Parts: sequence; C-alpha cells; structure tokens
Amino acid sequence: MSQIHVSTKINGDATEYLCEPEETLLDVLRDRLGMTGSKEGCGTGDCGACSVTLDGRLVCACLVLGAEAQDREVGTVEGIAEGDSLHPLQKKFLEHAALQCGVCTPGFLVAAKSLLERNSDPSEEEVRYWLAGNLCRCTGYDKIVRAVLDTAKEMRSA
Amino acid sequence: MPLDHPQDLTIKDFKIVGQRPLRPDGIDKVTGRARFGADMNAPGMLVGRVLRSPHAHARIKSIDSAKAEALPGVKAVVTGADFGAVKDGLDDGMLDVLVNCMAQDKALYDGHAVAAVAAISQTVARQALKLIEVDYEVLPHVLDVDAAMQPDAPVLHEEAADESVPAGFSKNVVRRYEFGHGDVAKGFAEADRIVERRFKTEAAHQGYIEPHACLAAMGPDGQAELWVCTQGHYMVRNTCAALLGMDASQLRVTASEIGGGFGGKTTVFIEPLALALSRKAGRPVKMTMSREEVFRATGPTSSSSIDVKIGMTREGRITAASGELRYQGGAFPGSPVEFGAMSAFAAYDVENVKTVGWDVVANRPKQAAYRAPGAPMAAYAVESVIDELCKQFDLDPLSVRLKNAAVEGTTSSFGVTYGKIGLSATLEAARAHPHYSAALGPNQGRGLACGFWFNFGGETCVSLNVNADGTVGLSVGTPDIGGSRASMCQMAAEELGIAYDKVRTVVADTASLGYNDVTDGSRVTFASGLATIQAARDAIRKLCGRAARMWGIDEDAVIWEEGYAKPAGGNAGSFEPLSLAEIAAVSARTGGPIAGHTEVNADGAGQSFATHLVDSEVDPETGKVKILRYTVFQDAGKAIHPSYVEGQFQGGAVQGIGWALNEEYIYGEDGRLQNPGFLDYRVPVASDLPMIDTVIVEVPNPGHPYGVRGVGETSIVPPLAAIANSVSAAAAVRMTHLPMSPPRIRKAIEEAAGR
Repeated sequence: MSQIHVSTKINGDATEYLCEPEETLLDVLRDRLGMTGSKEGCGTGDCGACSVTLDGRLVCACLVLGAEAQDREVGTVEGIAEGDSLHPLQKKFLEHAALQCGVCTPGFLVAAKSLLERNSDPSEEEVRYWLAGNLCRCTGYDKIVRAVLDTAKEMRSA
Repeated sequence: MPLDHPQDLTIKDFKIVGQRPLRPDGIDKVTGRARFGADMNAPGMLVGRVLRSPHAHARIKSIDSAKAEALPGVKAVVTGADFGAVKDGLDDGMLDVLVNCMAQDKALYDGHAVAAVAAISQTVARQALKLIEVDYEVLPHVLDVDAAMQPDAPVLHEEAADESVPAGFSKNVVRRYEFGHGDVAKGFAEADRIVERRFKTEAAHQGYIEPHACLAAMGPDGQAELWVCTQGHYMVRNTCAALLGMDASQLRVTASEIGGGFGGKTTVFIEPLALALSRKAGRPVKMTMSREEVFRATGPTSSSSIDVKIGMTREGRITAASGELRYQGGAFPGSPVEFGAMSAFAAYDVENVKTVGWDVVANRPKQAAYRAPGAPMAAYAVESVIDELCKQFDLDPLSVRLKNAAVEGTTSSFGVTYGKIGLSATLEAARAHPHYSAALGPNQGRGLACGFWFNFGGETCVSLNVNADGTVGLSVGTPDIGGSRASMCQMAAEELGIAYDKVRTVVADTASLGYNDVTDGSRVTFASGLATIQAARDAIRKLCGRAARMWGIDEDAVIWEEGYAKPAGGNAGSFEPLSLAEIAAVSARTGGPIAGHTEVNADGAGQSFATHLVDSEVDPETGKVKILRYTVFQDAGKAIHPSYVEGQFQGGAVQGIGWALNEEYIYGEDGRLQNPGFLDYRVPVASDLPMIDTVIVEVPNPGHPYGVRGVGETSIVPPLAAIANSVSAAAAVRMTHLPMSPPRIRKAIEEAAGR
C-alpha cells in the first residue's frame, strides 16, 4: 500500500510527512518526526499519556490517524514552553512535585493547558473530571490537582 | 575527618536535607525531552514482536516458522529452541525466568511467549507473527489458588515442589513456610473472644503507565548494548548474560528514564528476546509491549486466600494469633507468601503467634513484586479481624492497636527483635489528627489499619567526582523511580557543604560502576543515600589531605567543617579555611582528580510502619463506594525531600484504593484474561478521589547517617484493610473478598439482610 503525504502544522511549524494509512498520529509523531514527548501508555485512548490538541481540541494521538492531521494544527508537549521559558503549568508541576516517574506528565500538561484555556477558574471537582482521562499511577493525583489549581490562580492574577 | 559509624547521627541541623528543591530531572520531564524506554532509536533498527499463547495451558507439539522467515522484511525469528544451549547451566530460579520469557515445551498461561520476530517494520512484524504455525495440545488449566491446591487439580509442573511441602498435596503446592513463637493453643484459651475468618483477594497489576520497552544491539563479536526501562539494570545485565550465554562484561546495560515500576520492572520479559533477535539478525532490535501484553504477560501480584484467627481479652489485649496464607504466584514458584506470612502480625507484640504460608502455582502469568509484595493482603485479613473484635467488644480500634503495638524490643512474629520503630508514633499522630474525630453521615464509615514493611539495604556502589570548578558529579547505580536523584543531590550537598545545584546525579550504566541491587525494597534513599554520604566523606578525607599538602602540614591536622578544610586547632598552624572549590581548582597540582567511592552491602534499613485512616460512603442501592477522606501517617525516619515522601504515601494509598475497590484480573472459563486494558482493568482516576492527606512521622533510623527509612512500600500495606474496615462499617457487613466492587458489595448487603 502506498504511503500518504500529509501537510500539517505542529506546534506552529509547517510540517510534512509520509505515513501508512493505518498509522496513528502518535506513531507519526514518535517514530517519523522524533517527537517522543507524547507517550504510548495503552494505544486505546484509556490513559491519556499521548494527549495532544488537534485544532485546539484535546485528543488522544493514539486514536487519530496520521493522515487526519492534513491541514490541521497539532499541539504537543514539546510546544508548551516558549523557547527556554516554561509555561506556568510546567513550573507549578515542578514546584508541587506533581510528577514522580514523569511518563504521564506530558499528557497531563497538554490536558491541563487545554482546561485552563477554557476555564480560567476551575473548581477542584472540575479539574478532577477534566483530568479523569489521564492516568497517573505514582502520585495519587493530589499534587497534580494542586499544581493545576495553583497555576490557574497564578495565571488569573498575572 | 573521621568516617562516622552509621549510628552517629552527626548532623542535627540540616541545611539542605528536609528542604524541597526542584528535582534535577524536572525540566526534561515537563518538556517531553526525558527519554524513556521506548524513546530511543538506533541506525538500522528492526522492530521486534512476540507471538503469545492463546491457551492457559497447552503442550507445544511443534512450531513452524518457515513461512514467517520467508516473508520479505523479516530478519530473524526465535523460539524456545534458540535458548536450548544455555538451559542446562541455569539454576532453577534462572531457568524459570527463561521459561517465562520464552515457553519451552508447554505454554503455561494465556499470553505466554512462544516465538518472537524481528522485522523492518511493525506491519511486517505483525504479519510475520500470523505466519508462525504453532501446534498446541490444549491441557486442562487451573486459575484459583484454592482450586489449584486440590489433589485432582491440573498439574503445571511435575517437579517444582521442594521438601518443605508435606506428602499428599497437589504438585501445584510448591513451598510451605512457617513463622511464629509461643503457644497459640494456650493463647487462644486465655482469650475472652476469638474471631476466625477467611478472606480472598484478587490479582492486581502494578499498572505502571509505561509499558516495558528496550533497544538491544549485539555485534558479531558478541559485544552488546541494551537500553531498557528497568528498576535494576545490573539485574538485567546478569540475567540476560546468563540466558544468552554471554560474559557479563560484554553486555552494557543503560537504564532509561522509567515510567513507573512498583516492583513490576524487577525482572526481565522482552529483554533476552530482543538480544537474541539482535544476535540473529545482526541489527539493533527495539521491542515495546502493548498494554494488552503488559497485562497478560508481565508480573501482576498474587491472588490470595487467607484464614486468620485472633483471640483477644475484653480489655483489647491480643492473646494469640494465627494465620494460614495461600498465594498463587502464577505459573512458577515464588509467590510472595513468605513475606505475607512474615509480615501478617509484624505490627503487633503478640506472645503466641503462628503463620503458615503456602506457595501455589496456577495458569497465570508469573507474578512479580508489587510494592511490599505479599504484605497488603495479609494486613487486610489481620486488620479486618482486629477491627471485628474491636466492634464486638466496643473498643476504640486505635487504642487497641496502640495497646498491642510492636515497640523497640518487641520480638516480631517473624523472629527479628525490633530496634527503634515508629508504629506507636503513627498511631498517636492519627489520634491527634482532626480526621479521627470528624463527623460521619449516613452510609458512611471510618476505617483504620496499620501496616508494616521490612525495608531493604543491599548491594550498592557509588562514585562521587569532585570537578575542578568546584562542582560534583555523583554516579549512582539505582534507577530513579520517583525523584531519588534530587535526594542524592541533597545528601551529597549537605555532607560537602556546597549548594544543591552544584551536584549533578546520574544513573550510571553497568560498565561504569560496580554491581547495584535493583531499585526495590524501598532501598534507594536509604542505601544509595548512605553510600552517597559515605562517598562524600571519602572525598572530604581526600580534600583534607590536599589541603594539608597545600599548607604543608600533616593530614591529621586538617578538619572539615561546614564545607571548609580548616587547621585543627592552633598547633596545626594558622591558615585561611579552604573551600571544596578552592581545593578542587588546584587538584591537578596536588595529586590529580579527587573522588570519593563507596562499595557496601548496606544493612540496617530500619523497619517502617504506617497507620491509615479512611472515610467512605457506600451507596446501598448500587454498591458503589466513594472515598471521602484519606489520611496517611507514616514513619519516614528522616524525610530527605518531604514532597517526594508525601508522594510515596499518596501514591501507595491510591494504588491500595484501586486494589481494594476495583482492580482485579478477570478470567473466562477458557482461562483467557478478559480485561487486559485500562478500560476494563480500572485503576483510580482523578475524579474517583479526594485529596490524600499525609503526616510524616520522623523516628530516626539508627542504621542511616541521617536517620532515613525507606518509605516507598509501606504505604500500600494498610489501605486494603483500612478501606475494607471503612466500607464494612458503612455497609454494616464485613467485606471478606477484594476488590469490593459494586456487585460484591450489593451481594454482601443482600445476604446480610437475608434476601
């Protein structure tokens, strides 16, 4: 089967690649573009470790085909910091020790950023439900939820 | 500068230890730069995949891989036969590892590897697996631990049992363990009341988010490199070298960042296969497991069946306690029932106590360690019975535990006499906490439970290099699974009197340091920490020597204080103190590089205890449980980085919540795992939970220079019991089977109501 040519934008950069028809966006990012920040924890959309945005909408990259990114805009964890300046969420995750092993962290950051773009003042319950699609096995979520709430507070007062 | 005996707690006023600095690997982990097992590539790399048995138990009559090998793009196929040459030289334990990684004459569980291929792409590799023809003779299987012990149960191995098992048992019963002291019959006779109950727990998986992954490259000269996510790369090296018939020196293993382990990455699964494929293909081979493979074919913990009997006076004193524990550890000997039997009553000072543990094999994946392996289910059974006795006597469950708590000098149920321990301190902390007296509403219940874990030290080797610019490079051999590089930097900086960010800690590969035991047994902050402190002291001794040379005085006349070499008193001469940086800057002229080293088999890990308090609400209609409030009280000895200590408490508690309420391996009649994915094997998500409060208790461990006790595992010991006690109170019925899923709770409520 011949490969599909895709023109897309990733973290603001125009990007082209070839992919198999059955290849997921996650595989394209990781294996063809060397963007290994998005992780495969399950491949079935259950863990959220591969969370990215597609035209601003939060999705699991393992449930999107690489070919579907044609003429769309993809946002990944690699695009959250601006140059060497960390996003407030990234700083707060470090300050709150909201990661232990760190493998779920990229997905949580992408998902939390997506939440704060929609809701600048989420309640604890809203944070917990928004992040319910992201599994973390190390932290028990406590410090993650605190980091997100603290980021929202700081960004509101900025 | 004398090298202190570990018992000397020389530093009382810590400057850096006990602070919460940012972790050194943090930026990489929040930007996506950190490289985990699956994030490494090599030129010419192939993709490896595994063919797995669809049968729970089957004889492998033949494997024909000719069609797969003929498929364009397939570069190598390996089966059990490829490991035939090394089999005879392996001891029983190592042979089991081999047979688990690649089936030999029988497939022993659903998901057991039977062949592996290396191909130029995932697509070709998948096609190749379909072309491998395996002729199976399906055999009867057994999954449940009690069923596997029956004399007529299907037998997995003809000769796996050792002499500890009395005659007349099924061959699936492979080991018997016994612990205890005193006279339990006499003790039960002294009791005012005795409660005896049977409990069952289902198998749970560690559920690390990162599936196993590795990249192997072996050349025709036999030299090999392996990049792998593991809790112990030295273990991986030694195991793979044995299974492939290699010299350990020829295999260099580098530990990647690791995306969770919890004990599940303390052995090998795909690593020997990747090396064998690479050897055969002559190219690098990358292997990653799918989530389904992780569930079917790595190492969940045991399911268990436990009888506990406890006698108590009406004042709440335990007079006797006994337990019989049966754990199935999957298809090979080695379930953690020995630890279960040792730890069951370890939190209490009991005069008459006896436990018997039975290690049983069944047609399930070979269990691997899971956070305090074997202890949570034992604690569940014991703490449930104590709770029931407290209720029958209308006694405060906290006071009863305090009355019976093990203290310094108590001879434990497994034989060790405790030194300084912190169980009572955690109970007192719980009593003083507002949670203990908070009001409860209808259908709500409070549960309390205690937990114990042994903790481990083990073989450890570190190097601490003082750089000429006054910074320090620290090499450790224990993979950092939850922030340990931060703790190591803190301890090195504390000892050397330099800033935290002047120390960089790396996890060195197997060629760069001597052997290090696996990151397990809650040992890293204790053992690598102790080794780091001793290496720093070794470096300090050398720094003092260099200062002496710079000043032209005797080495003995130099002391080290607060980060400076100073003359020891007036007789030594009058010199301005020299900092580490000043001495390091001229090290080339005073004898060359300065480094400190430690090689140690660390003991004195110091036992760890915790008390957990939990409130839950049960919906009597649906059987659903909501955790309302959770507080962990645990002795950390000394918390080096309190945030990561709290993180261990919270993470363990939540894994325990999952195990108690939802998580279980569900098999069909055909012996196939029915829920090998996160959708059906449901681990707790953020919306299931409240905040997890923590109280760090610090009763210093005399075996560590700063008083550290491991904290990683104890936190999962009390939750099953604490939650069961809470739910049993809320539902007004004793829950004796985990997980307490909604159907089980509904059934228990209905049975109690006589419906």
